[in-house]
Amino acid sequence: MDNLIPVLVAVPLLGAALLLCGGRRLDRVGHLLGTFLAFASFGVGLALFFSMLGRSVDQRPIHDHLFTWIPVNGFQAEVGFQLDQLSMTFVLLITGVGSLIHLYSIGYMAHDEKRRRFFGYLNLFLAAMLLLVLADNYLLLYVGWEGVGLASYLLIGFWQHKPSAATAAKKAFLVNRVGDVGLSIAVMLMFTTFGTFAFTPVFADASKATQATQATLTGIGLMLLLAACGKSAQVPLQSWLGDAMEGPTPVSALIHAATMVTAGVYLITRSSAIFNQAPTAQLATVVVGAVTLLFGAIVGCAKDDIKKALAGSTMSQIGYMVLAAGLGPIGYVFAIMHLVTHGFFKAGLFLGAGSVMHGMNDEVDMRKYGGLAKYMKWTTVTFGLGYLAIIGVPPFSGFYTKDKIIEAAFGHGGTEGWILGTCAVIGAAVTAFYMTRVMLMTFFGEKRWADDADGHQPHPHESPKIMVIPMVLLAVGSVAGGFLFNWNDSFVRWLSPVTGVAEGNPPLNPTVIQILTGVVLVLGVAVAWMMYGRRPVPATPPLGSLLTRAARRDLLQDDFNHVVLVSGGSHLTRFLVYLEGKGLDGLVNGIAALVGGTSGRVRKIQNGYVRSYALSMFGGALVLAVTTLLMRAVA
Amino acid sequence: MSFPLLTVTAALPAVGAILTAALPAATDTRSRDRNKVVPLAFSLATLVLACVATARFTPGGPRFQLTEYHSWISQFGIGYSLGVDGIAVVLVLLTAVLVPFVMLASWHDADPVVDDRGTFERNRRTQGFFALILAVEAMVVISFEATDVFLFYVFFEAMLIPMYFLIGGFGDRTKGEDAKQRSYAAVKFLLYNLLGGLVMLAAVIGLYTRAHTFDLVSITTALQNGSLHFPPVVENALFLGFMFAFAVKAPLWPLHTWLPNAMGEATAGVAVLITAVVDKVGTYAMLRFCLNLFPEASKTFAPAILVLSVISILYGALLAVGQKDIKRLVAYASISHFGFIILGIFALTSQGQSGAALYMVNHGVSTAAWLLVAGFLMSRRGSRLIADYGGVQKVAPVLAGTFLVGGLAILSLPGLGPFVSEFLVLVGTFERYPALGIVATAGIVLAALYVLVLYQRTMTGPVKAGNEGVKDLKARELVVVAPLIAMLLVLGIYPKPIADIVNPSVNQTLSQVGRTDPAPHVVNAIGGGQ
Amino acid sequence: MNPVNYLYLAALLFTIGAVGVLVRRNAIVLFMCVELMLNACNLALVTFSRLHGNLDGQIIAFFTMVVAAAEVVVGLAIIVSVFRTRHSASVDDTNLMKL
Repeated sequence: MDNLIPVLVAVPLLGAALLLCGGRRLDRVGHLLGTFLAFASFGVGLALFFSMLGRSVDQRPIHDHLFTWIPVNGFQAEVGFQLDQLSMTFVLLITGVGSLIHLYSIGYMAHDEKRRRFFGYLNLFLAAMLLLVLADNYLLLYVGWEGVGLASYLLIGFWQHKPSAATAAKKAFLVNRVGDVGLSIAVMLMFTTFGTFAFTPVFADASKATQATQATLTGIGLMLLLAACGKSAQVPLQSWLGDAMEGPTPVSALIHAATMVTAGVYLITRSSAIFNQAPTAQLATVVVGAVTLLFGAIVGCAKDDIKKALAGSTMSQIGYMVLAAGLGPIGYVFAIMHLVTHGFFKAGLFLGAGSVMHGMNDEVDMRKYGGLAKYMKWTTVTFGLGYLAIIGVPPFSGFYTKDKIIEAAFGHGGTEGWILGTCAVIGAAVTAFYMTRVMLMTFFGEKRWADDADGHQPHPHESPKIMVIPMVLLAVGSVAGGFLFNWNDSFVRWLSPVTGVAEGNPPLNPTVIQILTGVVLVLGVAVAWMMYGRRPVPATPPLGSLLTRAARRDLLQDDFNHVVLVSGGSHLTRFLVYLEGKGLDGLVNGIAALVGGTSGRVRKIQNGYVRSYALSMFGGALVLAVTTLLMRAVA
Repeated sequence: MSFPLLTVTAALPAVGAILTAALPAATDTRSRDRNKVVPLAFSLATLVLACVATARFTPGGPRFQLTEYHSWISQFGIGYSLGVDGIAVVLVLLTAVLVPFVMLASWHDADPVVDDRGTFERNRRTQGFFALILAVEAMVVISFEATDVFLFYVFFEAMLIPMYFLIGGFGDRTKGEDAKQRSYAAVKFLLYNLLGGLVMLAAVIGLYTRAHTFDLVSITTALQNGSLHFPPVVENALFLGFMFAFAVKAPLWPLHTWLPNAMGEATAGVAVLITAVVDKVGTYAMLRFCLNLFPEASKTFAPAILVLSVISILYGALLAVGQKDIKRLVAYASISHFGFIILGIFALTSQGQSGAALYMVNHGVSTAAWLLVAGFLMSRRGSRLIADYGGVQKVAPVLAGTFLVGGLAILSLPGLGPFVSEFLVLVGTFERYPALGIVATAGIVLAALYVLVLYQRTMTGPVKAGNEGVKDLKARELVVVAPLIAMLLVLGIYPKPIADIVNPSVNQTLSQVGRTDPAPHVVNAIGGGQ
Repeated sequence: MNPVNYLYLAALLFTIGAVGVLVRRNAIVLFMCVELMLNACNLALVTFSRLHGNLDGQIIAFFTMVVAAAEVVVGLAIIVSVFRTRHSASVDDTNLMKL
């Protein structure tokens, strides 16, 4: 059974290789093959899951060493897999939700001429993400990490003929690379400190940390956090996420729900042994999480593009998870639990958004939607269930998982606990507001439909079955997930052997926190209904306050990047190019010109007259003779 | 006496060069293609011999293997002595692998331009091109094999001559002002390298006055058992003399400015030959001569050289971002990569040096893949300006795809060869000089920037006017690209065989220099506590 | 007679020859001046031979005569061919080697 682990990765990888190198011959079956392989991987994952359930708790983690990758004296990089409860959770989420997205894409991409390539990239995405969560050392994790970056680059830029898509893809890759630098440095630090970067020995050494290594562990923790910020779109490396919406909608669902952005949370949870010993790194993590959850929520409120509003929401929800992961053992389990339920409802929401776009001639502006509930019943219901789950209405899944994080935030204790808890509660209110806004603007109110660029009138209609089925399944997950996980604390018991678990000491009674959350939830929904439900929504966006305008521009993050990095960088390169030409080359050419000029002057002695040469000969002879005589005289 | 495998490996391309040059001039296109098969066959035969040499090399055996010795100029202790260690044998193999691909990729690059009336031009230009490539191969191979300082010097300098003609005689622009640019580039290449060689010659003579022999093995043995000792001043001066020549060849900032000119003006195939094959002699010679002959001076100057390497890495990458010309962009990217190689060599850790040795191989293969595909693209449009391209992936998806894979290798994506070596170099540097390691790591972001910007500008977006007719890769071009990409994958996923050949040689070099890897801190901490 | 006088004569002849080479342009005259210098040297050599009482100088003088004869043959041939192509015996006209 153990040796099935490589198969998990190999199956989608094989799919990617076949579909990308197979050529036109596979055009007609490519999508089916890709989807089949994704489901096959899910099947293998399930088999491994049940076999794991059958073992006692301390027997559950299994390892599988394949081969030695890079052997250089002390530096031994291995290709080996580790499947424990944490990896298992991710494997099921990635392959399960991933397969549903494959299925959905069959319908969504039906008319795209490059559909075979699209499925190849999707399979590559799954393979890279599975490698990331199954690796048993940080360097192999890094391979999956960058592989995910590559797959996202290919998928975000899938419509390469659109310059905006190509730019967004490049931006995603570059911002992720900045995070990757963090991961590389973390691996190097581990190697110089512990002489290895495999999980088991590093964690064993880290937990024995002395005063001297504490500083190094903090460094490692901060570098891992930087990496997580890149992949999970946390402040300050969040800017790529909004632009990533240039990709086809199933890609957005895949990036936001099952893969990619969850990688950062995985990394922090996986490295819990390091973070537990590095309080400074943990503090940085909770700050990043808290800032991002508000940042994303604010951005989500201002966007009129349905996908970008959802993207802001993802950023904010991942912020919750990072916050929880930064809290230490009281939060790890809930971070992962929220991650899984979020995987369900966010995938459902994105697929719903894709379904709406499918019916509305690819229109994304919510101000041009309205009243779609009548025309797209299935989409409305599944989207609505996802909506109830994300804002945390009991008994939907978000209620269980998000409340746990809010409780854990308060439970951190002291002033920090109060601040973090308050941020989380405000975030919950804003989430309720912007999700209600999306819901109302899209499915209710009057029609504000507009013709598309080619003058076609939209004819909203329900999507084909192959797209509806995944949405229904995901909706079921978002309804029942939280309840099941919380049943008898099953999820906590499942995961705690890996991450450890601890009780927080919240200053408030948990019931009080739940009531408080419930109140702000109602408040958020009510405000949104006042603004977008009761009053008609203007088809052109009003100017709005300064904050709204800033939020529409992603709180000026891109403007900042542009001024500081892009234009600063291009000035620097232009200066260097100038310096290269005028400075280095100028120096060399100057020397060459000097030599040339001198020889030009000396050349004039060669005037071509025999007698002039003869004279110089005589002169030379004379000088020689005189010198000889003088030397003799002196001697 | 055993079969002189190394001599034959070096002599075969030389014989091939002479034969190719002596073939009767082609009378039509078919006979011209026939004439090209001869050099290709010779380069393939060399590849077979190089494979045999690699197979017969025993990793972990004696330091230099397959050795040959003949007295040459006995009055000065100059011998014809050949021998390979793990690094050399791998580089010989790399050279032998790349040359056939370069030839196949440049199949039509040296064809004379057919005039309007379509009359066939009868000259030997085309076969001269291939003969020169073989001549370069022969000299590079023997430079890798030489264990006599003087023998090495002779071929180190001699390879400039065929390279000069390859750059100056076969660029892709032929008329007027452009031809002037090309001859400027060729002369610049020659002068820079001659100057380097001149300084090295002085150091070579200086070495002889102290050691009274040119034999690398006897000098290193004498240094180790203490029978030969350089005063520090002398050692430093000699080290700098050697290093200067190699730093020009490699090239290291600020001696690099000949490379963009040379690579920009040469054909894509010749540019690959420059950066992937000829320049490797420079970095290789640092490992073999600078470190082994002058261990103390190497340690003295290592920090300064490391700083220059880091400057090379960042400077090359930044300038690559600012280029308008595809080939010059690749040249600056190469400068950045050479920075990594030299960084790995002079970090003086086993990870760094093994990484540098692997980097030489990976850089050769990845640059060949990237630049040759770029060359195919440029040959279709006859322009090397980035601004002339756009949206090519729409009309030529396979070309765009292979170009992207080559680029991903250049930016060191894990799973492809260069990642392994780049990470080893960075780890090796970080162990001893954490600050430099961190600064150098920033290079990986810049690498992503120049690769993806180039890809975006040329391949994505709407099809730019003039690019509608760009054809996808032909069978001959696929034969060039597919094996290179396969090699990149193998080197990235299973580099162990090559690492196993290289590692013992690296350890021997480091023990000669007298450096050991820093031990992990935590071991110290716990050991100290107990 | 004091042999040193021969040396004075040789110096005089050599100077005349040298000045002639420097100031005249006609190739034939130039040539004759060169011969004059050679013979001045011969005279000096023979004188030294007599002064020192050995035959070395005289032997070298014979060599010089042979060389001078060979030089005349080659030189005159060059002058004649130059005159044929350029219709001038002036050495200033033959400056093709000048850059």
